[in-house]
Amino acid sequence: MQVNGFKPKIVAFCCNWCSYAGADLAGNNRLNYPADVKIIRVPCSCRVNPMFVLRAFQRGADGVIICGCHPGDCHYTSGNYYTRRRMSLLFSMLDYLGIERDRTRVEWVSAAEGAKFAATMNDFVEKVTALGENKRLEDLRCKR
Amino acid sequence: MQRIGVFVCWCGSNIAGTVDVQAVSEALKNEPGVVLSTNYQYMCSQAGQDMIKAAIAEHKLTGIVICSCSPRMHEATFRKTAAAAGINPYMVEIANIREQCSWVHKEMEIGTEKAIILGKAAIAKVNLNTPLTPGESPVTKRALVIGGGIAGIQTALDIADAGFEVDIVEKKPTIGGKMAQLDKTFPTLDCAACILTPKMVDVGQHEKIRIFSYSEVTALEGFVGNFTATITKKARFVKEDVCTGCGLCTEKCPQKKVPNEFNLGMDNRRAIYIPFAQAVPKVATIDPDHCTMLKTGKCGLCAKVCTAGAIDYTQKDEVIKEKYGAIVVATGYEPISMEKFDEFAYNQSKDVITSLEFERLTNAAGPTAGKLLRPSDGKHPHKIVFVQCVGSRCENCAEKGKEYCSKICCMYTAKHAMLTRDKYPDTEVYVFYIDVRTPGKNFDEFYRRAVEEYGVHYIKGMVGKVTPEGDKLMVQASDLLADKQLHIDADLVVLAAAIEPDKSARPLATMLTASMDTNDFFTEAHPKLRPVESPTAGVYLSGTCQGPKDIPETVSQAGAAAAKVIGLLAKDKLTGNPCVAHSDELMCNGCSSCERVCPYGAITYTDKEFRMPNRTTLIRRVASVNEAVCQGCGACTVACPSGAMDLKGFASEQIIAEVDAVCK
Amino acid sequence: MEKTNEALCKEIIWNSGVNPRKCMRCGKCSGTCPAYDEMEYHPHEFVFMVENGDIEPLLNSKSLYRCLTCFACVDRCPRGVEPAKLVEAVRLAAVRQQGANHLKPDDIPALLNEDLPQQAIVSALRKYNK
Repeated sequence: MQVNGFKPKIVAFCCNWCSYAGADLAGNNRLNYPADVKIIRVPCSCRVNPMFVLRAFQRGADGVIICGCHPGDCHYTSGNYYTRRRMSLLFSMLDYLGIERDRTRVEWVSAAEGAKFAATMNDFVEKVTALGENKRLEDLRCKR
Repeated sequence: MQRIGVFVCWCGSNIAGTVDVQAVSEALKNEPGVVLSTNYQYMCSQAGQDMIKAAIAEHKLTGIVICSCSPRMHEATFRKTAAAAGINPYMVEIANIREQCSWVHKEMEIGTEKAIILGKAAIAKVNLNTPLTPGESPVTKRALVIGGGIAGIQTALDIADAGFEVDIVEKKPTIGGKMAQLDKTFPTLDCAACILTPKMVDVGQHEKIRIFSYSEVTALEGFVGNFTATITKKARFVKEDVCTGCGLCTEKCPQKKVPNEFNLGMDNRRAIYIPFAQAVPKVATIDPDHCTMLKTGKCGLCAKVCTAGAIDYTQKDEVIKEKYGAIVVATGYEPISMEKFDEFAYNQSKDVITSLEFERLTNAAGPTAGKLLRPSDGKHPHKIVFVQCVGSRCENCAEKGKEYCSKICCMYTAKHAMLTRDKYPDTEVYVFYIDVRTPGKNFDEFYRRAVEEYGVHYIKGMVGKVTPEGDKLMVQASDLLADKQLHIDADLVVLAAAIEPDKSARPLATMLTASMDTNDFFTEAHPKLRPVESPTAGVYLSGTCQGPKDIPETVSQAGAAAAKVIGLLAKDKLTGNPCVAHSDELMCNGCSSCERVCPYGAITYTDKEFRMPNRTTLIRRVASVNEAVCQGCGACTVACPSGAMDLKGFASEQIIAEVDAVCK
Repeated sequence: MEKTNEALCKEIIWNSGVNPRKCMRCGKCSGTCPAYDEMEYHPHEFVFMVENGDIEPLLNSKSLYRCLTCFACVDRCPRGVEPAKLVEAVRLAAVRQQGANHLKPDDIPALLNEDLPQQAIVSALRKYNK
């Protein structure tokens, strides 16, 4: 995905039980999605501290996506409900700070949804690319 | 500083086809901490693993990064390799450059670039890894089964047969549960008592099984492998070990007007009673609410007639504390109350009965000795109306009924209808149904037989109203297929009442920190893959406490729960998952935020003494995580406002390092 | 299924506040209805005819006025569908279709008097004002 040479940096947090396996399935089925997406494995989507999301934006990420099990399917019973609440609060705050809504997303991807994982990433990268570089929260001291 | 070895796998051409593995290992060479970076065709092969082992020895590596396939594939393999070479298995991190890189990208340049970044992220994480050792806890080799119905009986027998000790706690004076009250069982029509009572005897005589009847679990603490249960044994005023169960006292007791619970109040028992002839333990029990001796101190007839001298009016409730390794919940069900369904006139007429009452009426050991007679006048009914889904599949009437399908009613109603027509061919039988649901082996055939061979009238529609008129019950109902309203002058109306979890289940769930759904059924750890385990480790589910079930399903679930318990008790020590939460006591302010989000109840609070710089001590309330119970989801780490809570193996620091590496 | 009268169907459902999709076809409403034998279309049929948009026959049927509005069906419906409210909404649609647009808000001041209950005016307005 390249528009005027811009390649977004996307951080994807994936829960170990559903979404990470979904990403593996996308690989097994050779479903392409942009290489701009870098996946970080977490035990559960509820392990994602809002701090991590802020840190990613601070360090120059252009988009952050959090993937977890579908509601009701969480390996830890209720973790993804916490994620949903925490992230909806965080994202409205980020929106207020000028980080557009399209740069953040929570998506439920099960271990069987390789195609959904790839489609989600394609769509997400496309939207973030359209928005261009994220400069709002970037810590310039981190720039080399 | 770590000494990290990086091993890049080609995976034949799977990775090497899209990722320049040579370039990746070159690029990772100069990352902080890396002392060795190399690549090989198949890292997971024996040769590849030997190469890792040799490198660990040669370069004194403390951390390993393997750029290969998904950790879901080979993380365990490489951890074993590391352990074999003498370093902690949790010092291994995998960068997934196959499923999440080479297989999803086509161009070599892009793939290589991403693989390098993923490798850097893994290196950044390993730099912060600490050796982890899974916690170990001993296992008490005894199981507790709560509930002595068919589910509890089967579970206890299966566990005991495997050689482990089992205690059954049953709140009634005898085990047997609901199945003991049934007459015949569908779809084979064998008699419930004939197949249940031998099992009850087996339980009673099994050297590994203890029965705590007339007892309840009043407190529970501990965790998987190490539960401590407080069992309150209610005073039955009869010495259990002395009573021979001869039953003489139950014949002589002058207090004759006590409603008999076992027959659902359709006849009377004495104040001292044995619930039924095949009770296990076969011991008399005095009902303190009705016994004249206990109430007024005058009588004592039972003590006079008892040749064994088993009666003890001074008996007190006994509290027993016992340790268990596993707990099986088998609390079963109750039919819902019919009091609120005014339209069926349950309160107005004795001849409107529930299906369980019908079971007692047709049971040879029941109040009518198996003759189907009306409770009101003892006459034989000639027209019987069965109403299905009473209280089941109710959406609006949450206070009256239940939203779910009770599953067993279609089949037992077909059974009742068939048996009635078989014994009394002169009786007209009508069944009003919404849907007939018969998924099960030989179930639909059974229902069809009721219709085709036994001439039961199945009518698609619902009874709107039952009005007692003289000695008849006027049933007003709809026949949807004929588009008619029917008026039937029935002699007996039988309501297929919905079933609900036993009332004791809710407080028990609180004690166990096991979760329940909105209907008070216990939730399973995974609805498909872990159907007999509760999300709380060491707590297993058996029978209808988990959802409506018939007998074959209950028995198979009981066996499955027993297999899980045996698997747990067979271990001498439990090795936990080392990736658990832990709290930094110096930072914790005891706010309880983590405790509230923990789905497992793994977090407890203790008062801890801290030495202050001015030589005083300060006692503060701090969180501590029970490592045997924690499953490592990390919900608490985010909830903690002071940042005291962290997750081993996925520490905030480590994830931030990964984020930084990815965003560089 | 093609609905013959989509807009009217929606209006009826909206006016009644009933969700006919909740119906599980148990027929308890018809089993309980005291005016069943007087009706051409019975309570359960009302529910699924409205759901299917089959309004025309209902509007022209006498059944509409045979319903006593005793609310037995509302009380006993296990799914909370409330057929009587649906019948009432169809009645309302019939009244409105007859063009009986008797009452306009402007007419009200003249009608007001001490004895007339407020509720009557409100319900008349609801009934007759399109």
